[in-house]
Amino acid sequence: MTPLLSVQGVTKRYGAHIGCADVSFDLYPGEVMGIVGESGSGKSTLLNCMAGHLRPDAGSVVFDTRGHGPRDTVTMSEPERRMLSRTDWAFVHQHARDGLRMGVSAGGNVGERLMAVGARHYGDIRDKAVDWLERVEIDAGRVDDRPTTFSGGMQQRLQIARNLVTGPRLVFMDEPTGGLDVSVQARLLDLLRGLVRDMGLSAIIVTHDLAVVRLLADRLMVMKDGHVVEQGLTDQVLDDPQHAYTQLLVSSVLQV
Amino acid sequence: MTPSSEYNFAYLDEQTKRMIRRAILKGLAIPGYQVPFASREMPMPYGWGTGGVQVSAAVLTPEDRFKVIDQGADDTTNAVSIRTFFERTAGVATTTATTDATVIQTRHRIPEVPLTEGQILVYQVPIPEPLRFLEPRESETRKMHSLEEYGLMHVKLYEDISRHGHIATSYAYPVKVEARYVMDPSPIPKFDNPKLGDCPAIQLFGAGREQRIYALPPYTNVVSLDFEDHPFEASKADHPCGLCGAEDSYLDEVIVDDAGGRMFVCSDTDYCEARQTAGHRGKDAA
Repeated sequence: MTPLLSVQGVTKRYGAHIGCADVSFDLYPGEVMGIVGESGSGKSTLLNCMAGHLRPDAGSVVFDTRGHGPRDTVTMSEPERRMLSRTDWAFVHQHARDGLRMGVSAGGNVGERLMAVGARHYGDIRDKAVDWLERVEIDAGRVDDRPTTFSGGMQQRLQIARNLVTGPRLVFMDEPTGGLDVSVQARLLDLLRGLVRDMGLSAIIVTHDLAVVRLLADRLMVMKDGHVVEQGLTDQVLDDPQHAYTQLLVSSVLQV
Repeated sequence: MTPSSEYNFAYLDEQTKRMIRRAILKGLAIPGYQVPFASREMPMPYGWGTGGVQVSAAVLTPEDRFKVIDQGADDTTNAVSIRTFFERTAGVATTTATTDATVIQTRHRIPEVPLTEGQILVYQVPIPEPLRFLEPRESETRKMHSLEEYGLMHVKLYEDISRHGHIATSYAYPVKVEARYVMDPSPIPKFDNPKLGDCPAIQLFGAGREQRIYALPPYTNVVSLDFEDHPFEASKADHPCGLCGAEDSYLDEVIVDDAGGRMFVCSDTDYCEARQTAGHRGKDAA
């Protein structure tokens, strides 16, 4: 089986400072990978390198494209990469405001990716937008409201709908539940889990919340100071941590 | 009026005119592409047509006959000032008749009388970037143009329909040129959009403050953006002209008293006067 995404030796430096160093892994179709670690451990740098927002200093990020098989996204041309990022890829930002157009209605936000890949039938675009709003549990009556009138949790769900409408195969998520209160987090996680299962999505989730990866991720990668210190099946890593830092991380979780 | 000898022909110096002509030629070679140029300070404020004036100055020759219209009218302050400006600095003949003019500088309208080969229509453009209010970063909009990523333009039209039930954008209606560049046709009413395409005249667009020139060579393919189920419609007020009775021209609504009285008149004054001279009369004609 060809991995959907194959990351080999990705390194990114900020001057003398290391963002992430020599990260390698394979992600197979339908798999959800969690990346955990404390602030500044290079999680987001790695995610941005994989999603094409940052150019890694070394290494390759090979994606199994629909048309041309495995291609290195680091060396492919910018138009091709941008095309990937609005068709086969999705990126869910931590802050919904970064991923949404706040001046455009919810329907327009969801429809943007459809229009970007050539949809030109208003009725169809709108039907699809309404369908997706319902799938992320937003009342269809809010389709013409701007995201500024939405709560934080709704904005985050709208961002997810906007990203998934073109049926991507790989979703990058940067702290998707950050800044939300626990009950909203729980519903969002439930929703995400359902969507990932139903659509057979592959996902890479960056978070510092171990509960999130426990619920969503099949595999887990623990990062510290830009390096991967431990990786394996989620339950295995969380229940039987081997590396000292992972042990610290797991034992630091507050038990209610 | 005799031309002032203190200015070079058409005010700008020859080097500046050459620079602008190079930008115009590049614009004509790549229809719809915004060519940056080193816009000069002109003896008028930005927003009064400094871009159009510079383009006109660069294309005018002593043999030209010049016409200026502002919202279709030859007799408004802006039109009169710019016409006088070129009478003084270039000494060219001026006219108000569309058919007699070889260079027409315009703000917000395309004349009703079809243009012909050999004529040049110069537009004053306030904001050349059609994507500006959707994507504020200029670096990003340039990238979108170069990669032909125009989905966002349709988001604007989508918003129009979702809010108003139809495409409510009635002026500066975005067009696609030769199936490549999306272009802002300057704030002309969308009624004029169909005249942009397949036009025998050269159309030049000058944005002074934004330092951009773009162009449509004769007989260019220009398509107004729309949705399959909400096609583009060139709209106008549903009345005949009150003065000349024309039913095919773009109309201005004029409030005539404080009791709700109003009349609709052609915005193209030359067209209206020519029709009245030919004996046509509307219901409000004295």
